[in-house]
Amino acid sequence: MKSLAELQAIKDKMKDKVVIREGASSTRVVVGMATCGIAAGARPVLGAFVEAVNEGGLAQSVTVSQTGCVGLCQYEPIVEVYEAGKDKVTYVKMTADKAKEVVEKHLKGGKVVTEYTVANCE
Amino acid sequence: MIRAHVLICGGTGCTSSGSKKIQEAFEQNIAAAGLEEEVKLVQTGCFGLCALGPVVIVYPDGTFYSRVTTDDVKEIVEEHLLKGRPVERLVYSDTGAEEVVEAASVSLNDTAFYKSQNRVVLRNCGVIDPENIDEYIAMDGYAALGKVLTEMKPEDVIQTVLDSGLRGRGGGGFPTGLKWKFCAPNKAAQKYVVCNADEGDPGAFMDRSVLEGDPHCIIEAMAIAGYAVGATKGYVYVRAEYPIAVARLQKAIDQANEYGLLGKDIFGSGFDFDLQIRLGAGAFVCGEETALMTSIEGNRGEPRPRPPFPAVKGLYNSPTVENNVETFANIPQIILKGADWFKTMGTEKAPGTKVFALGGKIEHTGLVEISMGTTLRHIIEDIGGGIPNGKKFKAAQTGGPSGGCIPESLIDTEVDFDNLTAIGCMMGSGGLIVMDEDNCMVDMAKFFLEFTVDESCGKCTPCRVGTKRLLEMLDKITEGKATLEDLDKLEELCYYIKQNSLCGLGQTAPNPVLATLKFFRDEYVAHVVDKKCPAGVCKDLLTFVIDKDKCIGCGLCARNCPVGAIEKTDYIAPGHKLASYNIDTTKCIKCGVCIGNCKFKAISKV
Repeated sequence: MKSLAELQAIKDKMKDKVVIREGASSTRVVVGMATCGIAAGARPVLGAFVEAVNEGGLAQSVTVSQTGCVGLCQYEPIVEVYEAGKDKVTYVKMTADKAKEVVEKHLKGGKVVTEYTVANCE
Repeated sequence: MIRAHVLICGGTGCTSSGSKKIQEAFEQNIAAAGLEEEVKLVQTGCFGLCALGPVVIVYPDGTFYSRVTTDDVKEIVEEHLLKGRPVERLVYSDTGAEEVVEAASVSLNDTAFYKSQNRVVLRNCGVIDPENIDEYIAMDGYAALGKVLTEMKPEDVIQTVLDSGLRGRGGGGFPTGLKWKFCAPNKAAQKYVVCNADEGDPGAFMDRSVLEGDPHCIIEAMAIAGYAVGATKGYVYVRAEYPIAVARLQKAIDQANEYGLLGKDIFGSGFDFDLQIRLGAGAFVCGEETALMTSIEGNRGEPRPRPPFPAVKGLYNSPTVENNVETFANIPQIILKGADWFKTMGTEKAPGTKVFALGGKIEHTGLVEISMGTTLRHIIEDIGGGIPNGKKFKAAQTGGPSGGCIPESLIDTEVDFDNLTAIGCMMGSGGLIVMDEDNCMVDMAKFFLEFTVDESCGKCTPCRVGTKRLLEMLDKITEGKATLEDLDKLEELCYYIKQNSLCGLGQTAPNPVLATLKFFRDEYVAHVVDKKCPAGVCKDLLTFVIDKDKCIGCGLCARNCPVGAIEKTDYIAPGHKLASYNIDTTKCIKCGVCIGNCKFKAISKV
């Protein structure tokens, strides 16, 4: 180790990998992973969220976790986004592609992707 | 992409309750569920709740599983990791709250045990993988060393440590900055930094946990100390009885060398620091600083008179700074966050925190870190969960064989160096043994005296012979053969040993006797005058009797008595059908088996 920059580089590289252990962040993305959710394809959605959040540099501010059945099994996979001081947003019938879009527009851009929310679901 | 971390405690406590097997089971089940890409297994150091081990924590939720068995692992993997449903029956739920609102959110930080702790020294224990230097770096590791080497002069470092008011956590409470300041100006070809990890007090395991859970912070702190006082060589003297700590520390040293955080020209500053481990063979006296250095030199571990102090003439007769593990563990944080930050914690004369190893008659055996000045009541009742089985608190023993005890009347004492010394006790290195009404204080003093008699190195007479005579007097008391005059002699000898012994071992060895004499003299008097042990511990003063009217004559006690001391009588108690039993006191060896077997509470010790 010859410089502080080298140390900082290791720290930056590792920080996202251990931040998960600091517990839930202010923003939480919760994927419904009960039998109904898994059957409807929640696992790839969860994977897509984890990947997009990390690649988008959001690992320190967004926690992705799972939950059980939300109760709207016909709308699974269901994803709920909790942000401090804001109303909970519920996305339904999610896919991996939709997940990436939500990360991009909602979590990064701050705009709820209304066409995927439960309110706009038939 | 990793979305969840499973942290498994790999400290000595959880390893002995089977955490290695748990880890293997997790590996197999995670592989079977196809989750290798999503879930990361991390072996960490001690979480602190050793009594509830093996402990497993799942992040990001922070769900805290206690007493996990290999059979539970499949369920945790399939339910929690796969489906996101925490296995509630295994979740440790003592949150101290009236009701658990959402079981899934029970994280360790909400539990009564962790809530009021202040983890500075233990901040990384149970959080990072101690065998992975990168994880330590991610938690600001080595940033303090970088700051010191690139921005600070040695005298600034010493001043910062002085300003912080940090005092030696090994028990002495000597200001750390002052120790460094004394050593720095001494000129020598080679100076040394020594870390005292020869933790020998019975029941104490603070230093072991730090070495096991966060070994890099000791390495970093020792390098900082080296820079501050101008030493380029360091030794960690650790007991060979701590194999996990030794292995992790060695691994950490190797990694630090590989990264160039030890060795030559660290951070391009021109500062060199070399660190090595020396194993102690388990002699208690080697925890005394001069004996420790004699042992590192390869000689028999015996203390030498001070002055000269180690700062002037220490290891290999060179100026040496020696600090305890916990003291060093505070240093990187003090450098990074500043002396003022450190002083916001604890009391005016003793800033910072203290780690205690809770043991004895307490619900949560384990490791806790609290701000100095926390009351003993808070530590025992709130964090420690109180005394099991509804028993009454009698005393807390601190400082091991060098310490004293704190009776119930002083349970609201705020714990710091000076307060404990003022009541005739001492902080010690951090062992805290809780005793309830079933503990005999004379027996407790005897236990520690037996320890010091075994561990006295024999170099000076007051300690070698004095402690032996003290023990013989205590034996006499517990056998009911002593007189009141003996109590005075006992006390006199205690003071003689304290004043005349060469090193800390002898100077403090009589403390358990003096403290119990001070606070529990009535128990000594009961042994001497009434020939009774009020707590029912000292065998020679006990008689086992069967209440003939409570005995239903089942004969269970007689069948289990190892010496055949229990026989049937002719007496049949009113309302019973069988004749009662009686104990022949001339044959009875007072083993207590009969009491354990009697379902009718008819047998008692008087």
